[in-house]
Amino acid sequence: MTDTAIEAADLTLAYGRRREPALRGCSFRLATGRVCALVGPNGAGKSTLLALAAGLLRPTSGRLAVLGTTPAAARPRVAYVAQDKPLHPGLSVAETLRLGAELNAGSWDAALAAQVAADGELDPGARVRSLSGGQRTRLALALALGKRAELLLLDEPMADLDPLARNRLMGTLMAEAAEHGTTVVMSSHIIGELADACDHLLLVSGGRVRLGGGIDDLVHAHALVTGTGRVADLARHTVVESRATGRGLTALIRTDGPVDPAWDVEEPSLEELLLAHLRAPDAPALITPGTTPTRAVAA
Amino acid sequence: MVEYRIDRRSGVATYLQIVQQTRQALRLGLLEPGDKLPTAREVVEATAVNPNTVLKAYRELEREGLVEARRGLGTFVRRSLGGAPADTPLHGELLEWATRARAAGLDREDTAALFAAVLEEKFPQPHAAPEQAVPQPQPPPERTLPQPQSVPHGTTTEGDPA
Repeated sequence: MTDTAIEAADLTLAYGRRREPALRGCSFRLATGRVCALVGPNGAGKSTLLALAAGLLRPTSGRLAVLGTTPAAARPRVAYVAQDKPLHPGLSVAETLRLGAELNAGSWDAALAAQVAADGELDPGARVRSLSGGQRTRLALALALGKRAELLLLDEPMADLDPLARNRLMGTLMAEAAEHGTTVVMSSHIIGELADACDHLLLVSGGRVRLGGGIDDLVHAHALVTGTGRVADLARHTVVESRATGRGLTALIRTDGPVDPAWDVEEPSLEELLLAHLRAPDAPALITPGTTPTRAVAA
Repeated sequence: MVEYRIDRRSGVATYLQIVQQTRQALRLGLLEPGDKLPTAREVVEATAVNPNTVLKAYRELEREGLVEARRGLGTFVRRSLGGAPADTPLHGELLEWATRARAAGLDREDTAALFAAVLEEKFPQPHAAPEQAVPQPQPPPERTLPQPQSVPHGTTTEGDPA
């Protein structure tokens, strides 16, 4: 048993020699039982990171451990739903679920898979090729949940679901996490829908981890300050982003000790924190203690 | 069984919304001593919030002595919050006051602001100190209500402010 779901050290992946690597030097640690939002702009490397953790890609360099072992060895305990929700188009809904049962004999939760499918009013006889994007997503998630995996890797799971379906599925995922301590990693570029469901965050951009850690810890490490001072007055802190507002200045800072009372201080929202870091690609990364890779990860 | 409603745009931390709605249910008598709160699983399934958020809210309620966790059984109400049952005479007086406020030409926002100002004067929030405290980024305001911890079941303790 391990208390670490995913641990990456200096993880790099290049799809070709001439192309910019999709990931370069990613290091982080995700404890088990967390619900982690994997956010970042398009092309940031989110899908690459998930595919690596699912054991579908091999890193160019660096190391990656999943549930205390190699991604390939962890595969029976991991469920991965790729962005394009690959399913066999010629099978019916019922046949797809039966395939899930046979491929995961021993751990398959038929009741849960059937419930997730039934919630979406999927006709058991319908062929996969006739399903809408949202219905296909639901079937893919039914397969993933039915597997009763210890780690769920979901790439843009909510993208083509309507608001009610999103809410229901997120509720089902949270119930799984509450009851079985399942670790969940979900990617999205819409942070709003993840903010309440997740307790952990990985912000990836430009192939690097920019922010990593518990959401509360990351938010508390920053402050949104407004005042008539100058950027130089904030020098003891790390200024992530600053801009002129009226006669004064608004800045998002990573605090180091108390802030001069001349500044009006507010806690940033998660969205403000993420946007500031995305607009300021040169701001130093912050991986909070306990979420940095701790020891040599499995080769 | 209470149902929690999470308002993502309220600006109030999610765990605090659960705490406040539980307190409200206790005040209104929707929950009474001995009643069981929904399990974390039930809450997260209905609201799609993170399980730790619910556990944090329940810990806060436990710290305030309002509920207790019984191992393997669930979380149960220990005592109710008295003070303002819906049929109190205060309700009628407040209704009268609001009617007069409307007659005096105040709109909804004016009235709410006036009420909030009086509320703040009579029930100052412990964390909103009048002097400008060192403005540090603070964790979500954890209300520390000085409340008796050991109270016999079934009694209402919070004295009527009047």
